[in-house]
Order: sequence, then structure tokens, then C-alpha cells
Amino acid sequence: MSSLNPETTPPIDFPQQWKRRHLLDLESLSAEEITILLDTAQKFKSLTNNCKTKVPLLTGKTCANLFFENSTRTRNSFSLAAKRLGADTVEFSSSGSSVAKGETFVDTAKTIEAMGVDWVVTRHSTPGTPHLLSRELGCSVLNAGDGPHDHPTQGLLDMLTIRQHRGSIEGLTVALVGDIAHSRTARSNIWGLSKLGAHVIICGPPTLVSPRWTELGFEVAHHLDDILPRCDVLNLLRIQFERQKARPFPSVHEYAALYAMNGERMKKAKEDILIMAPGPINRGVEITPEVADGPHSVILEQVNNGIAVRMAALWLLAGAQPSN
Amino acid sequence: MNQEPCPSRLLVENGHLVDPSQQIDRIGRLLIVDGVITAIDPSDGDLPAETERLDAKNHVVAPGLVDLGVELREPGFEEDETIQSGGLAALAGGYSSVLCTSNTAPCIDSPGAVEFVRQKAARAAGVRVHVIGCLSKNRDGEQMAELGLLAEAGAVAFSDAPRSVPNDALLKRALDYCRMFNLPIFDRPEVPDLANQGIVHDGKTALILGLKGLPTEAEDLAVARDVRLAEATGGRLHVGPVSTMGAVDMIRRVKSRGIEVSASVCPHNLCLSDQELRSFDARFKVHPPLRSERHVETLQQAVADGTIDVIQSGHMPRSREKKMNDLDLSPFGAATLETTLASVNTYLIQTGIMDWSTAIDRLSTAPARIAGIPGGTLQIGSDADLIIIDPNKKWTVNGNQFLSRCNSSPLDSKELSGQVIMTLIAGETKYQAQAVPN
Repeated sequence: MSSLNPETTPPIDFPQQWKRRHLLDLESLSAEEITILLDTAQKFKSLTNNCKTKVPLLTGKTCANLFFENSTRTRNSFSLAAKRLGADTVEFSSSGSSVAKGETFVDTAKTIEAMGVDWVVTRHSTPGTPHLLSRELGCSVLNAGDGPHDHPTQGLLDMLTIRQHRGSIEGLTVALVGDIAHSRTARSNIWGLSKLGAHVIICGPPTLVSPRWTELGFEVAHHLDDILPRCDVLNLLRIQFERQKARPFPSVHEYAALYAMNGERMKKAKEDILIMAPGPINRGVEITPEVADGPHSVILEQVNNGIAVRMAALWLLAGAQPSN
Repeated sequence: MNQEPCPSRLLVENGHLVDPSQQIDRIGRLLIVDGVITAIDPSDGDLPAETERLDAKNHVVAPGLVDLGVELREPGFEEDETIQSGGLAALAGGYSSVLCTSNTAPCIDSPGAVEFVRQKAARAAGVRVHVIGCLSKNRDGEQMAELGLLAEAGAVAFSDAPRSVPNDALLKRALDYCRMFNLPIFDRPEVPDLANQGIVHDGKTALILGLKGLPTEAEDLAVARDVRLAEATGGRLHVGPVSTMGAVDMIRRVKSRGIEVSASVCPHNLCLSDQELRSFDARFKVHPPLRSERHVETLQQAVADGTIDVIQSGHMPRSREKKMNDLDLSPFGAATLETTLASVNTYLIQTGIMDWSTAIDRLSTAPARIAGIPGGTLQIGSDADLIIIDPNKKWTVNGNQFLSRCNSSPLDSKELSGQVIMTLIAGETKYQAQAVPN
């Protein structure tokens, strides 16, 4: 920060209410904290001309991407976010690394930390691994997806996108459609949206949508056509074939017939419905090309907002004065 | 013989004697001569000369505990536990006899393997070790092991636990065949296809955390099969540890029809719920898994009313390097021998769910009866295997202080009441508590 000319220092004040050093999940954040993240992301978005230019607030800091699971978009998005803030990045992925040589992921993370990093961004197939790292490491930990548990920056970028179109989340009806059982994006959206006052509908076949969601206070639906006319936003989740041991529905053909968002279904939807997807999208399974590329789709805006949200998260965590 | 031990004469007096095998539950005194209980409440005039006195005022005096399934891990997994270290842990937990499971490497499916464990145990810490032989050759669930030869070598029961017997016909054949030895078969009930490699109870917590769930029906269906096969064959069957309301319901129903089956439960399933997994800490990855509070309450009632006969420690030691991993990679398991009695006292006795007599029955008398081994009693003429417990001593669980090689405990850092002060085997003090720094 000190390298900046004060006259060109962007006008962004640190929100003093922000105390967290880790971003592990959205379930444990308050509505106020989520709002701070979204507001900060919005500011960064305008400060950087839609995330295209730099705002070097964190020069000299280093962000380590520690990905134990494949990722292209999230990893690059975090890298770009760090670079837009002037920070350095170091990349680590499990293929060909020490994990393949039998090292535990905690030891791997400690090794990377010892190289002098300020944030560890981690993705792992097992729920709770970022929580474990946050107890083992001294630096900030950001969860970039832990199995089917949570993916906080994805949830935030979805909410930021909705907010940009609708001004507010409160009072909207948002349906999450598809493979809820294996989806961390679903869980992040469920917690984030409900905290900000949206009505969340969880939709998919019973083999992928547990009835226990009802016990937790959410609406569960199995027929997309029944709920579609009520929805302000649809978030179409990919079928995660790689996480399923046994196929939870008879065929992709049948799934697409029941759940794919296509031109026919669009006719039953509200005129201003937003169509979202966390990607990668499976064209022809959960969404047809005419919808994915149509006027209601905000899929590419989501990607751009991802950088803004991750800049906000890195900056807030770096500046937090821990209260506990 | 290089030494002739002095004939010991010990009077344990003023203690709260608890012996469900004789319905004793009162202040009393116990005379031990040469390692054998020779009198209950003898008058001073009846004491032999030079009798030592041990004042057990404010302490519970009970038969040593008996465990139906401790993993001692030797041979093959000495990084987790050895017969020596597991034996010490057992003594510290108040156990005088343990049955050790067959899942070693090589597994205990041959008379030689039984002999190995028995010899090692004879030279080790002093707890009485009884051997569970494999039910199937190589524990592969296909062909019966040589049960008769294992019995001749000293095996007291047969089981492939912690793996369930996946093959219905094999279990039926084994229950039938074992009738000629009058030995029990233990099954840890679980249908593998339904368990589907789940790692925690399939409930709301697993749903929120995105963890692979172990559904209750995986256990319920296996219990249903097990008890039905016991009924069909008339074989001696013990199911456990069980952890579900469905299992309790099934066991209660078959017992009410007069079918002789027995069942056990682990202390962690009586004390803790799956809420603990919110920390994502692998020390809560135990088997059977921690379940929701409704299951915990049902199990507490079932073990209090006798539907479940036995509380077994569920000691599944795993080394620190294995447990200090994420929830997927960490194996199921925990060291429980040293906390079982105190957790039963804290969560069941002090809360009024059961009294000491019931607790000692579930921890000592019933398991000895089910295994068909000596112990579980303070009857005159029996070996003086007994424990002295300070029921009000508070201590905080710290796995790093365990005598077990495993330091992982789901109760770690919890405060428990009740401490084993002494464990006597045949009248000899095999364990005496250090003053615990608090």
C-alpha cells in the first residue's frame, strides 16, 4: 500500500466491522458480513473497470493456490484477482506433487505456508479441509470448494450478479435446480440467499434432493414445471457424474426431459427471469444452447463477477484485525 | 520358580460393593486370600492373621470390566496398538478381561494365530486376553474358517468384525455349525451396499456439511437378517455394536418372542451426537458413526432397560499419522478403553438413566456371560478380578496421556466423572492410578 501515490490511491475504506481472517463457508457468515463482501466486490468492480485494470492495494503479498482437485475457472479467477490487487501468486496442484508421494495435505499446506504466503486458497474433494487448514496454518485460508460442502466465493458471485440485475436479493424467489446432493454451489447459495431474505426452492429428483431440506426450512420441489412460473432466478447446477457412484436417474435423456431449461420452458417463465449456471455447463443436459446463449442468461457476467468477489475476499481477509 | 509369592490376605472394606451377578449393591467388605474371593462381609473374628486392609470408603468396588471386542492390532498394525499397550490401556480403564478381534495381519483364522496372541498376552501387561477367531477364512466372507480347530486352540467366539458377514448363507451355516461348540458368533451389522462408503450418520448434519452419509437402514437390515438367522438356526448370536433406533426395535421384538440374541452398544453412541462433526475433526469419525440425538436417547433407554445387553468400548486404535487427516482419508477409529467407564458414569449414571448395578452388569457381568468366560462376578470362589472406582473424581480427557498408542478420542478435552483407582487381577494390583494433575 505504501508504494502508492496518495493522490491516486483509490477511495476505498476498510469496513471496520469485518473481523474474519478466513473465508471458509457462507453458512457461518452473517447477513451483514455477506453484504460487506458484496459491497466491497461491487466497489472493486468499478475501480478496475469491470476487473480489467489493477488496483495495487496488496503489493508485496503472496497468494498460494493449493488445489487438490481439478479446476480451471476458479483457480484462474483467484490468480487474476490476486494479480489485479498487485499480489504475487504461487500455484500448486496435486498432480505430480508431493501429495502423490504420500504427503498429507496438511503437511503440503504447511510447506507452502513456510515459503511465506499470506493467503492459501484451497480446493479439495473432502468437506472441511479448509476448516482443518485454518486451524493448522497461520495465514488466511480461503475455501475454493471443499467437496460437496461449500464454495463461498461462488455463492457470493451468484448473489452479486443477482443484485446487479435486481438491486436486492430480499423477496426474490430463487430456484436451485439439479444435482443438489453433490453440489457445493447449491449449499453456498442456499445459505447466502436465505440469509439475505430470498425464498429458496431446491429442485431436482428425490435421489438428488434430500427431504431433510424441508426440515431445515427450505422449499423442496421435484417438478421444475410446477415452480417455474414463480421463479425470479434459476440457478442450473451441473450433474456431477464424477461424484456419483450409482446413477441417480435412469438416463441423461430422461433427466434433460424433466429438468433441462429449454426454449419451451422459457415460455412458462417470468419475462425477466435470470438464468444462471456456475459452469462448466453441460449443454443439452441442464440447459440448451438457445437458453445458455439467450437474452436471460447471465452466465458470463457471473464469471466476471467472480474476479471482483475474490478481490474483495482477499483484501478483506488481509486487512482484518482479528477480534478473537 | 525363583520366588514364592507371599500368600496375600486382603480385606477391601467400607466400599460400595456392586455385583449384579449376586444382586449386591451396598456398603460391604470383601476378603481375598491367595487371589481368590473367599468371603463377603466376614466379621473381624473371621479374618485370617496378617490380613491387610484397604479402605475403599466413598469408592465403588466391582468386578473387573469385560470387553467383547477390543482391537489389539498385533500382529500387523503395531503402529496403532500392541498387545502390551492395549493391555495397559485396558487395565487403566478398569478391564480385567478383553476379547481381541480377529482383524490383524495375518488375521486370526488359524490355530497358530490364536496361539501367537495368547502367548504374547501371557507375557504382556496382565489383562486377561481372550481371542475371537475369524468367522471366514482370510476374513473374506466366503468360506468358514476352521472353527473347530480355532476353538481347540482357545478361541472363545467367532467374528469377522468390524466387517459384517456379507454372505447370508455363510452366516447361517456358521451359526448352525457353531452349535456343536456352543460358542457365540459376533456380527457387526451393516449392509455394505447401503453403507456405500459413507463416513458419518446420514442425517441433517451430513446434509449440511456435504459429507457422505451412512444410512441407518444399512444397519437395520443387517440386524434383521442376523436375528432371523439366529432364530432359524438356534445358534448363539451377538449383534453389535448397534447404533440405530431400528436395530433397537428389531432386537426388542425378537427378544420378546423368546429368541436368545444379545446386543451391544459403544459408549460414544450413548454420549455424543453427529453434531460433533461440525468441527470436521476426524476424531469424531468413529464406527458405528455418531448419530442424531433421537438415536442416542433411544440407545440410552435400550441399554438401561436391558434390550441392549452390553456396553462395549469399541476400542479401534489408529495411529496419530492415520487419524490426523481429513475426514475421507482418516480411518474410522478411536481409543476408548480408558474413557468408557467414566463416560458411562458421566452420561448415564450421574444423569439418572441407570444405576451402578445396571452399569456394571452391562460392562462386566453380561459380557462375561455372553462370551462364556470367567469374570463379571465377586462370587466366593472366583478369582479376585476387581476394580476400585472413585465415582466423583473429575478429570479432563487428554488423548496424549493415554496408555494406548492411539491418542484420538471423541471425548478429548471433555470433563468426565469417575476414575479407576485400582485394577486387580487374581488379587494382584495390575494398575494403580497416578494422582491426576488437574
